[in-house]
Amino acid sequence: MSYFTSPDITLGAKLLEIIYLVMGAITLYTGIKNATDKENPSQIGTGVFWCSLGIVLAFGRFIPPVVNGGLIVLMTIPAIFKRVKIGRIEDVPEESIKRMSEKIGMKIFAPALAIGISAIIFAIFLPSLGAVVGVGAGIIISILILMILSKENKPIVFLKDSERLLSTVGPLSMLPMLLASLGAVFTEAGVGGVIANLVGRVVPKGNVILGIIIFAVGMALFTMIMGNAFAAITVMTVGIGAPFALQYGADPAVVGMLALTCGFCGTLCTPMAANFNIVPVAMLDMKDRMGVIKNQLLPAVLILSFQIIYMIFVSI
Amino acid sequence: MELIKLSGILIVIIGFALKLDSILIILIAAIVTALVGDLGVVGLLETLGTSFISNRNMAIFILIMLVTGTLERNGLKHAAAELIGRIKNASAGAVIGAYGIMRGLFAAFNVSFGGVAGFVRPIVMPMASGAIEARGHEPNEEHVEQLKGMASGMENIAWFFWQVLFVGGSGALLVKSTLETLGYSVELIHLAKVEIPVAIFALGVGTVYYFLKDRKLYKKYYGNKKENRAAK
Repeated sequence: MSYFTSPDITLGAKLLEIIYLVMGAITLYTGIKNATDKENPSQIGTGVFWCSLGIVLAFGRFIPPVVNGGLIVLMTIPAIFKRVKIGRIEDVPEESIKRMSEKIGMKIFAPALAIGISAIIFAIFLPSLGAVVGVGAGIIISILILMILSKENKPIVFLKDSERLLSTVGPLSMLPMLLASLGAVFTEAGVGGVIANLVGRVVPKGNVILGIIIFAVGMALFTMIMGNAFAAITVMTVGIGAPFALQYGADPAVVGMLALTCGFCGTLCTPMAANFNIVPVAMLDMKDRMGVIKNQLLPAVLILSFQIIYMIFVSI
Repeated sequence: MELIKLSGILIVIIGFALKLDSILIILIAAIVTALVGDLGVVGLLETLGTSFISNRNMAIFILIMLVTGTLERNGLKHAAAELIGRIKNASAGAVIGAYGIMRGLFAAFNVSFGGVAGFVRPIVMPMASGAIEARGHEPNEEHVEQLKGMASGMENIAWFFWQVLFVGGSGALLVKSTLETLGYSVELIHLAKVEIPVAIFALGVGTVYYFLKDRKLYKKYYGNKKENRAAK
């Protein structure tokens, strides 16, 4: 409790901690619901996964880092052994959606857009609280609008719906966070320095334009091999972006962020990104397995070139 | 042997390329890197714990799920279908372009309608085929095959390059945390702002390319109206 009453901690930080408590509570609910759900084929594994995540999210601030690290490793074990499953899910009947849609109509866009709008407003006008707190405020607004639009939207409906979605996306939703942690481990172990030395033997240091081109094209190529720009960005930023571009004056926000969208250009070109390029072929009954990728190659090359020019233009 | 420190990176690249379990790859890469980088077990757990706690904001999607499911339940997809259904007298390529614009604008607010399975297949593709029929032609199979590829491409381009405009999206949060471990401090709103020109360019390229490509295919498969008249 002292954390929330201490005058040394900013309001923004306190509000964030409350957001994490709610996030953790939803995750713990998901864990407990599935652990006690007889229809879940893996009650223990699913329960362990979501509960350990929930504890780290909700109370991580007040737990020693070593224990948090241990909980995270514990969380990954049922995920790796595919023991995180979906339990009983109540499908929403199509007639009920249709009935709601006839009643609410286009007004549904108000609660849908509220979150993003709130995030922008907070980021611009209340920077001390920040965008993430803005997302939290937007969710409250969105929930209130939905409750006004229909009496059927009771608090328990929101909780049950979030549990249904969280169970459906499953452990892979943790990928960005785990990749970020892996990036931290790389940095801590000094991986960046080694790559910089290595690439530095081939590529002259100090040429910011060359650094940007290698970073951008490298991101696209790495993403093509790995099939995932999120997996590529931590490795590439630590190894190439920082030592060859950022260190010589490339704009960190522009080059750091655009590297991700350069990676997306790679995603457009690779069958490794099956979710985006191969699964739609099956869903749309297409004959050519590469039919989606072929339609994306030209835009990908143009968008990548535009970004490289943009990054160079901003950095010199 | 400094190079041994890179084994973690090699594990990530090979692991993802071989489509092994993503979480397994990350865990092994972290353990190996920690061992060869002399962090030890305690150092590894400490780094993991500290980093995960400072990146908890990436789990904001869990909070957003409080409303996503309920929005679906209340007919978000139907409203979106009605919105795009208002387009009349457009070519198939223009229908795909209009979908891209709508998809992009809503993606910037982190709002989705169901992607290829939930929206392109049941709503956009029938509209595109309908656009060909409205001009008095039986949709050509090859043409429809290309339209499917274009609609999926539009879906991907609009979603990839416009979701990064959502302030608080996981992409920008990952970039922010990566840059911060390297000592560069950036704001989320700034990361969204720098992507605006890219988003506009990407959507522009996508819509124009698919519009022109469809027009060319239309002429190829159904002939040019003028030519038809001249033939008579």
